Amino acid sequence: MKPLIQARQLRYRYPDGTLALDAVDFDLFPGETVALFGANGSGKTTFVLHLNGLLKGEGSLLVCGKPVVRENLAEVRRKIGIVFQDPDEQLFMPTVLEDVAFGPRNSGLGPEEAEQRALAAMKKVAMSDARDKAPYHLSAGEKRRAAIAGVLAMDPEILVLDEPTTFLDPPGQRELVQLLRALPQAKLIVTHDVAFARAVATRAVFFLHGTVAGSGPVDAIIQQFQWDIQLGPA
Amino acid sequence: MHHTTIDRWSRGRSAIHRLDARAKILSLLIVLIAVGTAPTAGIWRTGAGFGALAVASAGLARLPVLGVFTRSLAVLPFSLTFAVIVYLTGDAVRAFALLIKSYISASFVLLLVGTTPLPHLMRGFERLGFPAMLVLVIQYLYRYLFVISTEAQRMRTAAISRGLQRAGFQVAAGAVATLFARSYHRAEGIHRAMVARGFERHIPILAAERLTPADGLLVLLTLSIAVIIRIGAVR
Repeated sequence: MKPLIQARQLRYRYPDGTLALDAVDFDLFPGETVALFGANGSGKTTFVLHLNGLLKGEGSLLVCGKPVVRENLAEVRRKIGIVFQDPDEQLFMPTVLEDVAFGPRNSGLGPEEAEQRALAAMKKVAMSDARDKAPYHLSAGEKRRAAIAGVLAMDPEILVLDEPTTFLDPPGQRELVQLLRALPQAKLIVTHDVAFARAVATRAVFFLHGTVAGSGPVDAIIQQFQWDIQLGPA
Repeated sequence: MHHTTIDRWSRGRSAIHRLDARAKILSLLIVLIAVGTAPTAGIWRTGAGFGALAVASAGLARLPVLGVFTRSLAVLPFSLTFAVIVYLTGDAVRAFALLIKSYISASFVLLLVGTTPLPHLMRGFERLGFPAMLVLVIQYLYRYLFVISTEAQRMRTAAISRGLQRAGFQVAAGAVATLFARSYHRAEGIHRAMVARGFERHIPILAAERLTPADGLLVLLTLSIAVIIRIGAVR
């Protein structure tokens, strides 16, 4: 099976000289949901920003078989949908419907087709009632679902979510788990939330100092890197 | 979650709310021109005429009339400055006319924003040929005003929790600088999210709403009433 994301020896240095990615090798296969663990500053978000060409490092990076280079960016960005950590940054249009239709419109669909696509995506995340609402009228959970709809409307083959449980209460997290389980796309989820990762991920990858230090079943990785609170009751 | 009063008003369901933003913008323009160019002589009658029109419109839109008129007072600090200068030059009537005109104009502007949700208003301006970049800036300003003010509020709470009693200049300046840096950082985040969804240069819009006969009627009616008030005022 060909990987949807294939990174080989990916290396990136920030302008201030910090080495953020140090020879990253990574694969994401169809049907997989990979949890990306690692300490703050270990390079997880930097890696995510490479996936659709927002950052450009050395080494090779293929998304759906296409190198992530300038000529392919429009296509790569259609195939990979990134849901960023702060939904306030993701939802920038005046109404939910317009926001969800933003991607389809950019990919060249006409207004009516884009609207249909947006409405279908909103239905998938149970946000049909919010079509004319302004983003600042939504709850944290609704904002997260609207942001996911905005990405689903582009019909991506890969979903990337950066800390998707931030700001969500336990019922909101449960809804998110159910939603993600129901979506067929391959997923890469950057998270610190071990319980959430256990509930959605089929594999975990651990980033350490800008490189992949381990990959395997979620529980095994959690144990190997002691990535749990691991303390008895207070 | 934030709901300003005007934002809540704009989501009402009256016949006026349902009209197309473009028709309402054009009607406002007619009123503003009619009020702004009204001669000083007979300003009482002009003021009374348009005042009555504003009351009737607020009633039709089911907005709280008193609320509209008290909020319109917000314009007075600005126009009062000029009115005082005109008054000091010895032209009391003109000074009074200036106040009346600015106050009436403000109440009609409030009627427009109180009956049209901001997204519709912005689309209306865009369709009427306003520069898209300007509309975009206003739209984003409104979108992130609440986010930034919440951030400022959080910083204030944090400062008070750590014993701040009265913010001196230094503290306030530091807070503003931090807020600016955060907003800048946020702007970068927003741009990143836009690029990730294929943004290149233009903000796409969805299908246009159709104008109905009612929209044409509003513009025609406003025009007729404005002309009648103006003719009545100079007689």
